[in-house]
Amino acid sequence: MITKRIIPCLDIRDGRVVKGVNFEGIQDVEDPVTMARFYNEAGADELVFYDITASYENRPLFDSVLREVASQIFIPLTVGGGIGSLEDFDRVLKAGADKVSVNSGAIKDPSLIARAAKKYGDQCVVLSMDVKRVAGRYHLFAKGGREDTGIDALQWAKQGAENGAGEIVLNSIDTDGVKQGFDLEMLADVAALVHIPIIASGGAGRMEDFQELFRLPGVDAGLAASIFHFREVSIRDLKTYLRDNGVPMRIV
Amino acid sequence: MTVIIDYGVGNLFSLSSSLRFLGAQTAVTSDPAIIAAADRILLPGVGAFGDAMAKLEATGVIPVLNGQVALGKPLLGICLGMQMLFAESLEYGHHKGLGYLPGCVCPLSEDLGGTALKVPHMGWNALDLVQPAHPLMKYTHAGDCVYFVHSYYAKDCDDSLIATAEYGVTVPAAVGSGCVMGTQFHPEKSGEVGLKILRAFLEL
Repeated sequence: MITKRIIPCLDIRDGRVVKGVNFEGIQDVEDPVTMARFYNEAGADELVFYDITASYENRPLFDSVLREVASQIFIPLTVGGGIGSLEDFDRVLKAGADKVSVNSGAIKDPSLIARAAKKYGDQCVVLSMDVKRVAGRYHLFAKGGREDTGIDALQWAKQGAENGAGEIVLNSIDTDGVKQGFDLEMLADVAALVHIPIIASGGAGRMEDFQELFRLPGVDAGLAASIFHFREVSIRDLKTYLRDNGVPMRIV
Repeated sequence: MTVIIDYGVGNLFSLSSSLRFLGAQTAVTSDPAIIAAADRILLPGVGAFGDAMAKLEATGVIPVLNGQVALGKPLLGICLGMQMLFAESLEYGHHKGLGYLPGCVCPLSEDLGGTALKVPHMGWNALDLVQPAHPLMKYTHAGDCVYFVHSYYAKDCDDSLIATAEYGVTVPAAVGSGCVMGTQFHPEKSGEVGLKILRAFLEL
């Protein structure tokens, strides 16, 4: 039986792992290669590297970090952050990424997903969405959650899947950093519309939050950062707990 | 020398890194002379079957590959590379494969029926060992999880099954006949379990 996936997300800035709460208040955490190795050994099913490097000049540093991780750790690696063109896809794939996550880049150029899916295959293209409730509707946000695009998020998810996105990372701005659980309502609404894997992001605080998450049909993976980085929840304990509660898990 | 055939399909970074990590001497190439001199060969692949076969054909390596198989050199196809070992595929039309193994590659979606299972079959799935004593499975145990990403799967290949995984249907996960072997999953993305399968292949 296919297992549910647990995915730690590493935000990388200037070659280091950092984590912000509600996209602000960034703190330095640790060396990315050390952390990647740690998570691999703990049983992470995948790793997401998010490049939050502010300047274009520092991109090569990110790529070299990625290359170093990818030559030592043999689980799927997804890269996101600053992906706005097929050249960006090419750059990170050559540095060892398996999947590429597109967020603002797809908002700026809605053809990007279709073009990337055609060139690299659906399995390679991850549509990442930052979503927040505005006046009772789900709005798609851009620029790391700072800018309301006014776009209907459900429609955006549906269109992304039709254009060839192979997965969706759904990050709820409403629950991000609050640690009171994933946004089950938003996840269920998106899962009802698309038939590609959905990775839930934003809101994990306790092991029980993942147990509730995986009760939702249509959610394939849970993504989190700070609870793993600050060792509030150990991936090994989490996976054992979930398996004991009937969630199919890969335990290493 | 272990050769990874480079025919312009997919990303070979992880595969070559994982072989290097295991200490293997490797070359990533489409040069027939180097492939002819190889001790063992890996045939990777992602994308669409017809397109990949056309590209492989265009490199001119198929006759060398046939020769190496006739000599009994170990060959491991990975993902689409495994599917290409079969006689035919129904992915976007009808295509002939390399024909080393009897069987046909068919769409998963048509056989999942009304299940809620998604296509592609993407993620970690547990192996059931059909041939636990197969040398490729030397370090593998039943229930070990490996990483899959595919929308098509091999059918009518019962005789070559080494391992399977359950996903609404029984998916051939590892197949083989003599020196020709293949994995539907990505050993180079399957953590320790995958590295052990590659190690077993390198020891053949």
